[in-house]
Amino acid sequence: MMNPVEIHKKLRELLELAEYVRDIKGEDFEGIEELYREIHRTYHNFYELPPEDIDNLSREWEFKLKNILEIAEKTLTPYEIVKIVRHPQRFTLMDILENVYDSFMELGGEGELNIDPAIVCAKALISRRVGDEVYFHQVMVIGHEKGHGEEYRRGGSATPWGNEKALRYMRMAETEGIPIHFFIFTPGAYPIEDYPGAAQQIARNLYYMSKLSVPTISFISEGGSGGAEAIGLTDLRLMAEKGYYSVISPEGAAAIEAKLKDERPPRELVEKMAKALKLTARDNLELGTIDRIIPEPPLGARRKDYEFFKRLKIELIKATDEVVLQTRSLKVLRKYALSKHSEEGFPFYINWELSEDEKEVLLENRRKKYREMTRWAVLESKGIWKSLSEKGVRITQNLAYEVKYQIFKRGQKTFKRFWDELWSESSILLKPVSDPVKSVYNLIVGKKVKPKVRILADLEEDTFTYQSPLALQDRTVTCPQAEKYGCPDLWVPDLYGEFCGVCPSCGYHFPLEYYWYLNNIFDKNSIKFFNEDLSSCNPLNFEGYAEKLKKAREETGLNSALLSFEAKIGGISLIAVMLVADFRQGTVGVAEGEKFIRAIELAMVSRRPFLALVHTTGGIRIHEGTTGVVQMPRCTMAVREYVDSGGLYIVVYDNNSYAGPVASFLGSAPYQFALKSTRLGFAGPRVILETTGQPVPPDYHSVENALKRGHIQGIWDRRELRKKLFFALLTMGGPNLYYR
Amino acid sequence: MKIDFSQLTELLQELKQNPYKLYPVYTPHTGKILEFLVKEGDAVRGPTGTWLEKPGTPLFVLEREKNPKIIRASHNGIVQDLRLDLVNKFVEAGEQVLTIRHPLSQEEVISEILLSALLIVRAPETARYILSPDLAKKLEKEGLGKVRVKTGDELLIMTFMKRETPITLSQEGQFVIFQLYFKPFELVQSGSPLIGLCPVEDLPNLEKLITRIKEEWS
Repeated sequence: MMNPVEIHKKLRELLELAEYVRDIKGEDFEGIEELYREIHRTYHNFYELPPEDIDNLSREWEFKLKNILEIAEKTLTPYEIVKIVRHPQRFTLMDILENVYDSFMELGGEGELNIDPAIVCAKALISRRVGDEVYFHQVMVIGHEKGHGEEYRRGGSATPWGNEKALRYMRMAETEGIPIHFFIFTPGAYPIEDYPGAAQQIARNLYYMSKLSVPTISFISEGGSGGAEAIGLTDLRLMAEKGYYSVISPEGAAAIEAKLKDERPPRELVEKMAKALKLTARDNLELGTIDRIIPEPPLGARRKDYEFFKRLKIELIKATDEVVLQTRSLKVLRKYALSKHSEEGFPFYINWELSEDEKEVLLENRRKKYREMTRWAVLESKGIWKSLSEKGVRITQNLAYEVKYQIFKRGQKTFKRFWDELWSESSILLKPVSDPVKSVYNLIVGKKVKPKVRILADLEEDTFTYQSPLALQDRTVTCPQAEKYGCPDLWVPDLYGEFCGVCPSCGYHFPLEYYWYLNNIFDKNSIKFFNEDLSSCNPLNFEGYAEKLKKAREETGLNSALLSFEAKIGGISLIAVMLVADFRQGTVGVAEGEKFIRAIELAMVSRRPFLALVHTTGGIRIHEGTTGVVQMPRCTMAVREYVDSGGLYIVVYDNNSYAGPVASFLGSAPYQFALKSTRLGFAGPRVILETTGQPVPPDYHSVENALKRGHIQGIWDRRELRKKLFFALLTMGGPNLYYR
Repeated sequence: MKIDFSQLTELLQELKQNPYKLYPVYTPHTGKILEFLVKEGDAVRGPTGTWLEKPGTPLFVLEREKNPKIIRASHNGIVQDLRLDLVNKFVEAGEQVLTIRHPLSQEEVISEILLSALLIVRAPETARYILSPDLAKKLEKEGLGKVRVKTGDELLIMTFMKRETPITLSQEGQFVIFQLYFKPFELVQSGSPLIGLCPVEDLPNLEKLITRIKEEWS
């Protein structure tokens, strides 16, 4: 028989387990409530009962609980998985740091004294036993810390400065050349817009991570949309078996689906949404948004599941080995090494440091991985001949551009540089000799020395004949800011005609249809659409989504919310994309992401500037789940490739621009501008109120504030948009950028 | 300079008979009044919320060139003198359509009385103001209604873009600082009240008057 101390300890464990099962499966599940009460009673009367009885009882309960756990595991629903992930007994990053790593040193603060307690960064040692030898690897550990019920951790919601902290230690790991292990335990980013704004910081993280030259592994337990992506763009994505990775919480999705404002969504709908969002590990593996599942004990691992931590340690080392070995050239060795990994130990030691060549392979592998992710979900409706011929055209085009720029232009460029240098050198040598002769000559001939002036090309005013359908009403409207600035009423044909939808007295911008931009910004008849037939589909088989898409397609005549086209502004040829409000509020799904990437790739191959116009964007489309979310890292990767190779990427926001796209491929643009009256941010005022409990002022998302916090580079007027874009292309372009 | 108490009593009498402030609502421009959205005697609200972001109660609809515009209340109060005869009529700009009767509270009555009783030092320019250091020290120690100042004393320092100008008391006589209307380093518009001064000899009477208002106005 055990001694009383051990019995007490065991009883306590049983009580915790019973409580856990009850919380996850509900009180009515298999008599768990009575069992819990029984254990609870005995636990509190521990010293009044004979220890033998308790010992016998606890054996009986242990057996019962084991049976209940088995049934519970078999009947586990997606919503219960969400509950497991949120339970205070679930393991957190601190438990992993203590049990998986041999030692660690927290950076940027510990506990409450912290830059952001929701983000934990640590340098850690992880050990590998090879035969009798023990090797230590140094790694950087970055992740969210949910805590076991500590309020100051905010449930693992990282603030903008928390994500900035993560970015800082990523850079440090890159300097030191050590791998990074990311642990994602977040319900979502904390949606406050302090410097530089939640969306902007996530975009900066993604942009940097896309070319981080060290092996990166991420482990997802709770992956809440944008907050998860902020530290989620990695070479290998692991996921806990009882984890969830989703575009939105099931409660949020239910509130949107039922169009609720202030009330709580009904329980059944929340459960239905949890199922429809395909947020479990198995679903995500099928969708191709993660690479591997780490098995967990029934009903998920808890704080003291040491077996799980042991398993996790092996999986982490294995994953890092895999990423490292993929950069090395010996394929056979690679395969052999990976197959020999087992529970007991490792066959040999692998150095995790990469050489310069290997770093390049690593980045190329990462690029390919994200380029291929969710590509299966892209729907292209065309015959085999058409697609073949288009492919042929594309290959010839690429070849032509390669010849033109790589061979011809590069040669020309090198020659020009050499000539310029030679000329300036020789003119310095010749000047003392030639100048006196020249001035005497000029004196005799009577020629005045004229300074050479280079004039920038000027924009020819195109006469636009486009008439907005909004302007066809004979009535007046009131400016929404009339009370504040005393603006007179505006006659509609004037407002939507000559004034470009701008109130002339206060500068308020009325929303305009997307067609206005196409007709008033670009040169006449210069727009050539491409990839028009790429269309949104239903990768999750989300109930009712196909009908919604069909309706949107019929109403707008578009196949997706993103238009991509070649166009000219003042004769300068460029590639442009536009997110339009008419198609499901400009939300981004797989088709939009793929179109964006293809457009920016075309801009890269054809050496042209790239413009993204945002008519409106409402974020990532929730009906496409995580296949939509991974468009954030995918597109950001493409942006990084383009900008690094010398492209000029300009983003112009209008109307409402929120959430995912702003936090990734739009927000990572080096040059972002917004039209006046735009609302720009991460989450809307209602979500902020629900998350933080604090209402925000009405001008919280205004462009003025976005400019102040360093998100955008300037505020533009719609009436001058064409001119501004033209001069931006001319002055920011310059000889180092593509279009010259 | 002395306070004219008979005039003050008269003003108080007037306020007592009619303890309201009237805010007439005019048409902002010409147009047709389509309908009234309030009835005679309805309670209306001005803009509310931390940033006054929630608009006031809708009062009536004025239409011009097919643009129906809702005119809203700017103050709290009760609707009276509703011109129901104007419905569906064309009106000129500046036509009084209704009046919002705003009931005065005790504090509002006292501040009204004080504004006409006290000698008010007003801001000469739009700038930031602080009390002169000596005065600030004394005020902190003794409180409002105790500190005495006389002609030529330095009252305030006006500061704007690091340029500091002292403001001295130019009126003849001895005064007590009775009321402060500004916060240090806050931007004050030109002409807004800064300090309310009470002549020393009138102080007991003024204090008595205020206690009386507090008793009578509950």
